[in-house]
Amino acid sequence: SSNEYKLNFKKSKEACLSYIQDALLQKQWKRAAEFLTCYVESLEKDYSREHIGPSEMIWRIGTEILWHHSQSRMKEFNCFMEQMKTLGVKRYLKVCLEHVFHLLCNGQIDEAYQNLSLAESWRFGEQTAIQDKEIKLIQAYRGLLDYCSWSKQKKILLEHGEDGFADLAVEQEMHGYFRKAAVNLKEIIKIPGVWDVFVKCYVDLLEFYGEHNEARQVLNEYAYNSKFPANPNAHVYLYQFLKRQGESKKSLISALKILHDVVPSHELMIDFNTMLQKSKKRKKRQLGLEVIFAALDYAGWKENAKAWSCLARQVKQIVISEKHLDWIKQEWNSRKDWWPDFHFSRYLAKRNWQENKSLSYEKALVAGILLGKDCKYFKYVSHQGCKARVKRFRMLKKFVTRHNPVYLRISG
Amino acid sequence: RDFNERCAQCSEVNWGLTDGGRFYCRSCHNVTERTREVVNTDFITNSRVQTISKGLKKQGKNDGGCEWYICEGFQLVLKKQVEALEALGVCPQMKDEILCNFWRCYLQKSKQAYCKRPAGETVKALSVCESSTDVDSDPERPSLLHLLSLSESEGDLQTDCSFASSVSKASESTSVYSGSVDGSLYLMKNQKEKLRMTMPMTLSFCYLALLWVREPITLSELLRFVVEGHIPYMNVFQHFPEKMKLCGLDHKIFCVESWPLYEEVFNKMHELAAFLDLPRFPDITESCFLHPDMLCMKYLMEANLPDELHNWTCRVVKKIGIGEVDFLTLMPGNKSTRKVKYDVLAAAVIVVVLKLLFLLDDHYEWLLSEFAEERNKNNTEVCMFYSGGPYFEFKKWYEVVKHSLDVEQKKLDEEKAKYLWRCEKPLFYSVKNKSKVLKRRQMVVNLQNQFGKLSGSVQRAEKPNPSSFQLSWSEENTDGSCFHGHSLKGVLQEKCGLLTTMNPDYWLCTVKLCNEKLCGHLAHYREVEFPQSYHFVLGLFSFLLRIQPSYIHDEVCMIEHRLFNKKLCKKLKYNTVLRK
Repeated sequence: SSNEYKLNFKKSKEACLSYIQDALLQKQWKRAAEFLTCYVESLEKDYSREHIGPSEMIWRIGTEILWHHSQSRMKEFNCFMEQMKTLGVKRYLKVCLEHVFHLLCNGQIDEAYQNLSLAESWRFGEQTAIQDKEIKLIQAYRGLLDYCSWSKQKKILLEHGEDGFADLAVEQEMHGYFRKAAVNLKEIIKIPGVWDVFVKCYVDLLEFYGEHNEARQVLNEYAYNSKFPANPNAHVYLYQFLKRQGESKKSLISALKILHDVVPSHELMIDFNTMLQKSKKRKKRQLGLEVIFAALDYAGWKENAKAWSCLARQVKQIVISEKHLDWIKQEWNSRKDWWPDFHFSRYLAKRNWQENKSLSYEKALVAGILLGKDCKYFKYVSHQGCKARVKRFRMLKKFVTRHNPVYLRISG
Repeated sequence: RDFNERCAQCSEVNWGLTDGGRFYCRSCHNVTERTREVVNTDFITNSRVQTISKGLKKQGKNDGGCEWYICEGFQLVLKKQVEALEALGVCPQMKDEILCNFWRCYLQKSKQAYCKRPAGETVKALSVCESSTDVDSDPERPSLLHLLSLSESEGDLQTDCSFASSVSKASESTSVYSGSVDGSLYLMKNQKEKLRMTMPMTLSFCYLALLWVREPITLSELLRFVVEGHIPYMNVFQHFPEKMKLCGLDHKIFCVESWPLYEEVFNKMHELAAFLDLPRFPDITESCFLHPDMLCMKYLMEANLPDELHNWTCRVVKKIGIGEVDFLTLMPGNKSTRKVKYDVLAAAVIVVVLKLLFLLDDHYEWLLSEFAEERNKNNTEVCMFYSGGPYFEFKKWYEVVKHSLDVEQKKLDEEKAKYLWRCEKPLFYSVKNKSKVLKRRQMVVNLQNQFGKLSGSVQRAEKPNPSSFQLSWSEENTDGSCFHGHSLKGVLQEKCGLLTTMNPDYWLCTVKLCNEKLCGHLAHYREVEFPQSYHFVLGLFSFLLRIQPSYIHDEVCMIEHRLFNKKLCKKLKYNTVLRK
């Protein structure tokens, strides 16, 4: 019907929004502001059926513009946020929280704290119960800021301690912050979610005050409770804690095993491999090999000399002992089609040699074992190394030449 | 003023009105027995109430408001509109003589004034309800929600519901349905026979008057001026006097939130003309602006097409008889004659002429263009001077016009997205939500200021002066972007002493016309089914007239069928190309 073409309020504002969207995506803040000025009168219409109403749009868009626009000042930003808080009761706490984030980004810690306290004390009939989650978050962030204050006091205390001064007032204050922080942080991490920063801070507090059992419990919950979303960091934190506590290798290894399963390219894989290599158990050593091969599958590890040295060490050790060559074979099987181009091309040989001699050494060793002494990489690097009369390269050449038949068995 | 008799005593014609509504002679103060039967266009409190409804005794509300009727509101709107038209240069007779009389005639025929009893009903006091029992116990009283839904104007369902619920909730205290006396009555009655007044209809009134006076302004131009803000429409109610309080249902009637469509205004205009029982309108002759020959000339200029094309448009107009006085002149109530859309018709004629000369099948026109280009290259300037301008190259024309069109269209699209629909005078449904509305308005103004400052140098410019031409091309431009003086020689040839087109073919937009009364259209336009060039040309005029291309397409079909009537009767296959 012809009514489809009628330009009415709704269509006009929809068009306006799409212009704003384009402007935002292209970071044209002035243009976005221009169209937003025309959009704001949507507030005077009732959009209660829409999923996202104009007040939320204006809040989000306005925040972006004011945050990025060159002429905008923090004062105007704060003023705007205050207005947005009055626009929707259902959103009040969310707006408060986001405002706090912006204040923190701007370094205004005290203002952020004030806003958090204010928001925490907000009551609005049944809304208070409905927005329970937001309240918890606000309390958690306030706890976080309390932790920061605690940290500061701790630092002061330690410095004074060195000087020999015992400052009771500071200590009292510090304990006060601890109590405030602990209460709120403990609450939030009970709720399933990703709370890395809260967990870290809470554990730090617990450790300082000697509550190691509680800390361990918290970290175990965080890492192993299936209700919580899978989070590699949880395992990292647990591992680091256990390490600090001087736990046995066994528990350390079990903590890292899951991390390897979830994020094979994690930087802790080097530690993991190192631990596993040293293990007396055969299975663990094999796992170690698996771990280091898996890590080197990722582009980000290509130039990691340490990783290569781990691999090289283990490979060398296996070759020398002549035991468990099948481990290498197994690992190499799925990689022999693409690792040569990925790691051991002639181009890389040249580049590695130029940029990082140690890296090229380790890689050459691995290449020589896996691909034989005639492979491009080994040939180039060992030739260069011998030409430069670097001793270890001569040793390397000898070693690989001696064990050359191995690669046949591996690639077999 | 309208009373022209000589005074019995002093023979002067200088009349005034007493408070009692009688005429008295200003020269000698002789009071006549003649009572005033016509109300003048100015708004008068209370005397109006006396003349119309005897039953109503309530005084105005406490807040200084007065009682007012919906038709008085519309009267004010019309007054504002016609004053704006006057400011644009329309002759003053339109206001005082034509529109005024049309309006009075309307009031009389719809029995809202100038008659003994308003539609045989007393105006129920739906405006102010003091006690709750009246509201709920009356079984005949329609629900507010029902009334709201009867209104043609759009609004949000949500606002209506919230208003309705807020009213029913507040039934313990005063509930206000409308500020006007007959707001709810207005929406309630089945007005089909009586042609209920709406905001779009005010434009129908204006155009009817303009047509009567044969002003050089087309309906599409009028609507464009409305959108550009030269003629009050969108928020006219903010100019109502303070005493006329608007609230509740009044908003449904006076606040529109969409621009009226050409079709809407056009159809209502014809309905109105019939309703008012108007006689045959003044003739539209060849010298009239609205005659296709004149309009074609204007549109050819605006479309940057060669002046020579005008010969061809005149030929087509003559051949199919659409330049005849009887065809063009409006005869209200005559159902057999086709209602003429002068602007669309002229545009369609040009489209047909372009099809005749260039075929516009996405192939032939480019061929002709190449041919012209060759000729132009080879000709010297002197040659061109004598032969009357360079050969018209379709390709060049297309590039130039498309570029300008794209620029203007982009501007227009941005304008549409930047419309400000609200005005300073806030709308509130009831006294209850007044404070909330005012607070919101304040916040909107604050935000507008805050972000307006960040908009950079681009502040909303003053309304551009109203102009009849949206695209203009100057012959003085040396870059060759003006095609008015170009020659059509490249596409014409002489045959038997007559100048005819080189193009021997023509394709019909449609072989069979639809029944307009059944489906509302003569044909159905789907872009993908037609050549790009045709679509472009339709798009050009669609932009100029601010209407959908399908309307022009309809007229094109109509013209083609008249033009090739004989050949069509020979029952050709669908979509074959015709040989002229």
